[in-house]
Amino acid sequence: MAEFTLPKNSKIKAGKSWPRPSGAKNVKAFKIYRWSPDDEENPRVDTYEVDLDACGPMVLDALIKIKNETDATLTFRRSCREGICGSCAMNIDGTNTLACTKPIEDVGGDVKIYPLPHMPVVKDLVPDLTTFYAQYASIKPWMETQTPPPDRERLQSPEDREKLDGLYECILCACCSTSCPSYWWNGERFLGPAILLQAYRWIADTRDEATGDRLDALEDPFKLYRCHTIMNCAKTCPKSLNPARAIAEIKKLMVERRL
Amino acid sequence: MNLRTPLSQVRGLGSAKEGVSHWWWQRLTAVALVPLTLWFVISVIAHMGADYEAMRAWVGSPSVAVTMVLLIAATFYHLKLGAQVVIEDYVHHGATKLVALVLLNFATVVLAVIGIYSVLSIAFRG
Repeated sequence: MAEFTLPKNSKIKAGKSWPRPSGAKNVKAFKIYRWSPDDEENPRVDTYEVDLDACGPMVLDALIKIKNETDATLTFRRSCREGICGSCAMNIDGTNTLACTKPIEDVGGDVKIYPLPHMPVVKDLVPDLTTFYAQYASIKPWMETQTPPPDRERLQSPEDREKLDGLYECILCACCSTSCPSYWWNGERFLGPAILLQAYRWIADTRDEATGDRLDALEDPFKLYRCHTIMNCAKTCPKSLNPARAIAEIKKLMVERRL
Repeated sequence: MNLRTPLSQVRGLGSAKEGVSHWWWQRLTAVALVPLTLWFVISVIAHMGADYEAMRAWVGSPSVAVTMVLLIAATFYHLKLGAQVVIEDYVHHGATKLVALVLLNFATVVLAVIGIYSVLSIAFRG
């Protein structure tokens, strides 16, 4: 069954409050989900107060500051700090987004930070995305052709290239998939918005020669049709993409090849 | 212990090569139900205060009986398709899910047949 309450060992308890930085005037509280696999403790929410006058503008800047100066055990993924690697995807102020492109000043009140929803947690803000990546591999995210490779580039008209706009920008941060209730309840069978947008990226690519096979592989009540156009994906995408539209395009092609 | 690779688990039993007709019929019945439901609601309101014999005569007239049968068929097929999605979404236990889907199919067919039979018996037996 779908789970509507947390299991006993996942219930979140009150955590530590770390001391307020001395002499700071412009302070904001960060309430951050903590869980470690190394002890038997339940998850907790720790409160860190950060001096914003001595901190960069983004939520990731605050996280790095906390890790450097207050609590070295705080664990999170980050890499590029400019919204292109997708590593620092997490739930900030109730919305999945990238910590590196989320300005602290956009959050009113305390900044609440949790890992991406409904994923197994590895530690603190680090979710286990193994299934997500396997789902990505399952849609064969590479160009498939039968025609022998040309001696030069595979040509594509500017109009056909434009069909990939809004698709190729996806950085696979998993914000959309982990915001999708259908993915929460059926994440092991439903491919989810991110992977379906990626699948459509290859379906829409005019240089690819396996469109029919790709549609065959997606034509399934669970892999594709768990999408009920809830639209959380489009709302949360930190790159302002629209996975719901890509899924709708796939559904239209499914009908088109039958009529 | 589960030693299957993540890719093997994700691929699972592969694609069912199905789902389009479910999607298509759900929308087709939805579109059909817009005029049918409006017609039904307006007709019932128009017959407010009508006596039993007047209602029987109305239901029994050919055009009304045909429209009524279409309404019943579309309603229960749409109900079956919609409730099936809800069960598939939320019921994950194998046996429970199977029983729920079987009951849903039986119930919607039985209810639709009762409704259609009722209309036809009025139409043909007066």
